[in-house]
Amino acid sequence: MTLSLPVAPLATVAGPLFAAATIAAVVLASTTGEVLTAAAMKSIGDLDIIRAKSGLKGAIRAVLTSPPFFVGVLFLTVAFFSLLFALNHLNLSLVAPASASLTLVTNAAAGKIFLKENVDGRRWAAAGLVCIGVYLLAH
Amino acid sequence: MAQHRLLPRQYLILGLVAVCAPLGDTCLARGMTAMPSISLANPGALVAAVFTPWIAAGIALLIGFFASYLTALSWADLTFVLPATAIGNVIVELLSKFWLHETISLERWAGVVLITLGVAFVAQGPALTERPAPTDEKARLGEPVVTEAQPR
Repeated sequence: MTLSLPVAPLATVAGPLFAAATIAAVVLASTTGEVLTAAAMKSIGDLDIIRAKSGLKGAIRAVLTSPPFFVGVLFLTVAFFSLLFALNHLNLSLVAPASASLTLVTNAAAGKIFLKENVDGRRWAAAGLVCIGVYLLAH
Repeated sequence: MAQHRLLPRQYLILGLVAVCAPLGDTCLARGMTAMPSISLANPGALVAAVFTPWIAAGIALLIGFFASYLTALSWADLTFVLPATAIGNVIVELLSKFWLHETISLERWAGVVLITLGVAFVAQGPALTERPAPTDEKARLGEPVVTEAQPR
């Protein structure tokens, strides 16, 4: 005889802490993946130029032979499955705006710190406006 | 600082990034909400979800997004590409208003205005951070050399 216990959904058990942890996992994995991918693409160079010189196969080869690209994709895969998990347990109206808005801000900070991009006032303002806008759209 | 202006073809790539991402996410959301609750104890169910029609369509759109996104990142900064492509949210909102005849609240119109302002802000600036020219020493040490987008 097997003992079956009623199992409450995780979101009900953990509440806001579970929601925050799930969204944080999506945001962190997504930011890490995007920064690594961006770094890989910058080190590879302009894909349009590579394609003009070596064709489409040459451009695909340039991307697929870059180790940082694969580490970035690994993190983006983690972010993707975290998003699927979050969508299965939390409302889309919470997950979509929260993860999209927070990712914009964490990417601006990570772009400045790790990619040494020129994140000036204009880019911070753009990230802030889009962040609030996305929140308002999906809330 | 020199202003890196984009070519019409590069704007088209940014447009593909903008449109494919929200459409793909919408397909994923529709597919996942139709599925029974998945627990951490059964991660295989997440993999099985990939083969359902809505999730598969979402993944196809996201592959299109990813190819365009990688191309954009090869000639523009991450902090330029991400806000610029947020205009996709506005496109979806306008489609839902004028095509699906959905009611858009004042709050959501405010969101549309803020995103459009944000995109206009970032689009007025340079697409790529200027870097000093690569030195022979860097090339000798095998350090990554950043190339800049050149208008053709």
